[in-house]
Amino acid sequence: MSKKKDFEPLIVGFLCNWCSYTGADLAGTARIKYPTSIKIVRVMCTGMVDPSYVVKAFKEGADGVLISGCHPGECHYVEGNVKTMRREPLLANLLEQLGIERERFKLMWASASEGEKFAKAVQEMTDILKPMGPLNLGGGKKIG
Amino acid sequence: MAKLKLAVYWGAACGGCDVSILDLHEKILKIGELADIVLWPLAADPKYSDIEAMEDKTIDLCLFNGAVRNSENLEIAELLRRKSKILVSLGSCACFGGIPGLGNLFNKKEIFNSVYLDREFNANEEQIVPKAKVTVPEGELTLPEFYNTVSSLEQVVDVDYFIPGCPPPPDLLWKAIEAIVSGNLPPKGSVIAGDKALCHECPRKREGRKVKEFKRLVDVILDEEICILEQGVVCNGPATRGGCGARCVRANIPCRGCFGPIEDALDQGTQLLSAIASTIDSDNPEEIKKITDQLADPAGTFYRFSLPVSMLKRRKEEGEE
Ligand code: SF4
Ligand code: SF4
Ligand code: FES
Repeated sequence: MSKKKDFEPLIVGFLCNWCSYTGADLAGTARIKYPTSIKIVRVMCTGMVDPSYVVKAFKEGADGVLISGCHPGECHYVEGNVKTMRREPLLANLLEQLGIERERFKLMWASASEGEKFAKAVQEMTDILKPMGPLNLGGGKKIG
Repeated sequence: MAKLKLAVYWGAACGGCDVSILDLHEKILKIGELADIVLWPLAADPKYSDIEAMEDKTIDLCLFNGAVRNSENLEIAELLRRKSKILVSLGSCACFGGIPGLGNLFNKKEIFNSVYLDREFNANEEQIVPKAKVTVPEGELTLPEFYNTVSSLEQVVDVDYFIPGCPPPPDLLWKAIEAIVSGNLPPKGSVIAGDKALCHECPRKREGRKVKEFKRLVDVILDEEICILEQGVVCNGPATRGGCGARCVRANIPCRGCFGPIEDALDQGTQLLSAIASTIDSDNPEEIKKITDQLADPAGTFYRFSLPVSMLKRRKEEGEE
């Protein structure tokens, strides 16, 4: 039990350059506190976050994956975030079949001025993942 | 010219790949002229011990079909690799794990429970399940050990060539045999098939239609000319290697994905997921969720033949390190 208590989940965040990344940056400069659990990957648009990136993040040790982009209607590439929106529930279902719980994968929208919203979401996700413990995905033993 | 030595073997397979060899029809006689069959459990009677007694690299060509599901599959894969000059991974199960690979969505215990214990039709009062070793008064009896995880052939031994397909089309098989017999060997590791997505060789019309609903094949009568995906039925063409001549879609059946991932693709399932999601006709999260949930088994559909060679290989195991 104590092991789970000390456990700090690792969240990989794919953040759109035009909104959430700037928002997260803002949260940092405004000294809004958010957990260090998130490791941020800056992308040009959430539309380019191929589902294989999400799977790869889990495979390489992430306990959670968060995608955050521009609000619908505000994507700099018009429809990139809508593409992501269409993939999200299907990917979540697929991940669940592979043993990766629903709570471990999240999609959200946060604009450049919503640093606080972003920080709150990271805190919330961290709080949910903590008691779940590490994902420990080994990809299966080579054989056996 | 001395006759070639040919071995054909099945691991975890249904027998369809062996039948596809027989589907060479009269060309099979030519194989008889060109080669001596040193092993072919379906059609000839040599023993493993005959193979063990051979010098290494005695067999010119081994066609190995089937996945690696148990310790016998592994042992014979290793044996045949040692004894063969050219080892060909024949069919989707050997190449990607295939249908037996879907067992990787479960574990050994669940599979044994389902096959031997839990079902109404199992009259198994003593709750007997196969064991790798059992001691009886006469001594110790052994069976191959059933693994928790299915692997492709290449995941356990070095493979020279791949011929995908469930079953592999005889013309591709013949092409490979001719190349090998004539010494015109393709580069090691070649996949004897196309290198683009199946959609490139599909004759159907694509008009970019999007869908509000996913339907199962049994619930629709498919138009024969329009892209199947655009009719709301999952077709694996966008993320599947071509080269089969689009035989299923020409027969008005969606591609099931048997040629495996496209050249250099990381993962067939996530690639297909992107293609399927992009056909959803909605910008509303709740509606998207509703449409998505009509696909009851995304993992089994998108990784139908390739789960063992996918990025995750299998469902997460509890207590996994
Ligand atoms: S999705 Fe299927 S039916 Fe449509 S073009 Fe591709 S292979 Fe043909
Ligand atoms: S259409 Fe698809 S499922 Fe059918 S043979 Fe070709 S690759 Fe296999
Ligand atoms: S540019 Fe921000 S999500 Fe597309």
